[in-house]
Amino acid sequence: MKARHILEIARALLMARAKQTLVAAVGVAFSVAFFISLLGFMEGLNSLLDGLVLNRTPHIRLFNDLKPSAIQPIDLDSSYKDYHSMVSSVKPSNARKGIYDAERIIKKLMSDRRVYGVAPKVSAQVFYNLGNIELNGLVNGVDVVQEAKLFNFNTYIVEGNSQDLMNRPNTIVLGSGLAQKILAKKGDLVQVTTTKGEKFSLKVIGFFQSGMVEFDKIQSYVSLATCQKLLGESNHYVSDIQVKLINMDQAPVIAKEYEELFGVNTEDIQTANAQFETGSSARTIISFSVGIVLLIVAGFGIYNILNMMIYEKMDTIAILKATGFSGNDVKKIFISISLSIGVVGALAGVLLGLVFSILIDNIPFDSMAVPGVDTYPVDYGIQYYSIAVVFAVATTFLASWFPSQKASSVDPVEIIRGK
Amino acid sequence: MENTIVLEAKSILKSFYDPVQKEVLKDISFDIHRGEFVSVMGRSGCGKSSLLYILSTMDTDYTGELYIDQELVTNQSDQALASLRNEKIGFVFQFHYLLHEFSVLKNVMLPGFKLNRLSQAELEHNAFELLKKLGIEHLASKMAYQISGGEKQRVAIARAMINDPLLLMCDEPTGNLDNKNKEIVFDTFNELVQSFNKTLLVVTHDQSFADNTQRTIRMEDGRICN
Repeated sequence: MKARHILEIARALLMARAKQTLVAAVGVAFSVAFFISLLGFMEGLNSLLDGLVLNRTPHIRLFNDLKPSAIQPIDLDSSYKDYHSMVSSVKPSNARKGIYDAERIIKKLMSDRRVYGVAPKVSAQVFYNLGNIELNGLVNGVDVVQEAKLFNFNTYIVEGNSQDLMNRPNTIVLGSGLAQKILAKKGDLVQVTTTKGEKFSLKVIGFFQSGMVEFDKIQSYVSLATCQKLLGESNHYVSDIQVKLINMDQAPVIAKEYEELFGVNTEDIQTANAQFETGSSARTIISFSVGIVLLIVAGFGIYNILNMMIYEKMDTIAILKATGFSGNDVKKIFISISLSIGVVGALAGVLLGLVFSILIDNIPFDSMAVPGVDTYPVDYGIQYYSIAVVFAVATTFLASWFPSQKASSVDPVEIIRGK
Repeated sequence: MENTIVLEAKSILKSFYDPVQKEVLKDISFDIHRGEFVSVMGRSGCGKSSLLYILSTMDTDYTGELYIDQELVTNQSDQALASLRNEKIGFVFQFHYLLHEFSVLKNVMLPGFKLNRLSQAELEHNAFELLKKLGIEHLASKMAYQISGGEKQRVAIARAMINDPLLLMCDEPTGNLDNKNKEIVFDTFNELVQSFNKTLLVVTHDQSFADNTQRTIRMEDGRICN
């Protein structure tokens, strides 16, 4: 029995019930379309929200932690070896906050093939002076080019040009919340006082908005050199080295490796932001289950229609069997009917899903919290399309299993005798 | 050649168990030679249809032995029986049983699809030749539900012939046809036997039809009585 002939018979049976077939296929198409657009939308939102934090968080951060040495002088004296040390309130010594030999570490990191990019950073605790009032704040000295490349720095600048930070000395980009608080406009001079008591005047060249209000109320950005000057340090001083990897999942392992290699403290993104992983995987699970339920419902539709078709076509089945078609052939015929509904429905659903996704992608979405986004985010990942198609075809196959089993076991004698 | 036994039944016994046990066929034994035109006569309920279903291998629930083409078919698998039916037995039913979803030509070709021995073109050619022989080639492209009862019966005969079977089995082929169509069908059968050396087994109610066949098996109450 050639597959072509099985398909021909299946097609003829389908055409005899064209309307019902169409309804079944539309059912599959809609569930595939909703599956795709739902998951694409959910994933788009997920990555947008996660991106708020994750995009700006280095995969690995190298820094010198300020904590008292684990080995205190008293431990070094062998005459006290058998005694219990009761020295309490141990304080860290005035060790340098900067990373020792940062330039060579950066060079070494750049040559690591797993590393996507490296950005040095200097941060300084300051007070913003507003008349008599002093506002607590944090100034980040950044390498503008690297920062833009690795952490989408430019996306978050809502006014002004980040290039100016590099090209003009003593300039600052203020957080939007902070700017509102101190009523700063572009071109104004802002006074900052460092923790060492020195005062600096910095010119405001722009504002940035990260989407997190608390963050924007405190932070501001200057160039590396300006920040080094604020701290009164040399131009070799770097307090953080931020590393972005090609594969984020390797971060914990590589972080440990760097910790040993360079003798610094490291922190990986998974440890720093564990809660984001949990949130997005829970959302993904929810949308997957909704989508799969949709497909299963469509499967029941097909099951119904096949069952009905088999009751209607008892005569046909009986005659096919009488003329020598085996139960297996009959089964194949009904499974191919169902599969063709599934495949056609799934393909139509993919197109429809794409259309839905494009529609959602064009709905305006104005949010102060999320700069650089003006429509709803949609993920067009091919994985959602393929999962939907595979699952739709599998569901229709399963839905056809019992009805076609029943068709294959129809006893032709009973049908023919019954007439 | 003339004397080859095509079909042989040995003490076939069949009972229905629902609602009470009732023997419908009691110890049926007979054989049919190649080229014979045999009719089975009997009143309604005498078991002739039941016998036909057993002989046609569709009903496997019986005791005794059945040989087709000198091969024991009793207790063969469904799969094997299906291909045996496909290859060696042609069927014509009382209610013609064409598939309404297909054209007349496709209906005739269907058993050929299953046999899968000829190419599509050859099969189509054969089917058309058969229709021509039966004088209904002009209906080839019509859908099965568009033709008349007599025409349907002839299409069913063409379908039964498409795989060039050893044996043709017919269940009341003229049961609901008018005299004119009855004649046409009978002549067709006769010609199949005369010119193509086919073997025919026809279950019928119709005395005049049975009288014209070479041999008549009379059944009464589950037994052969001649």
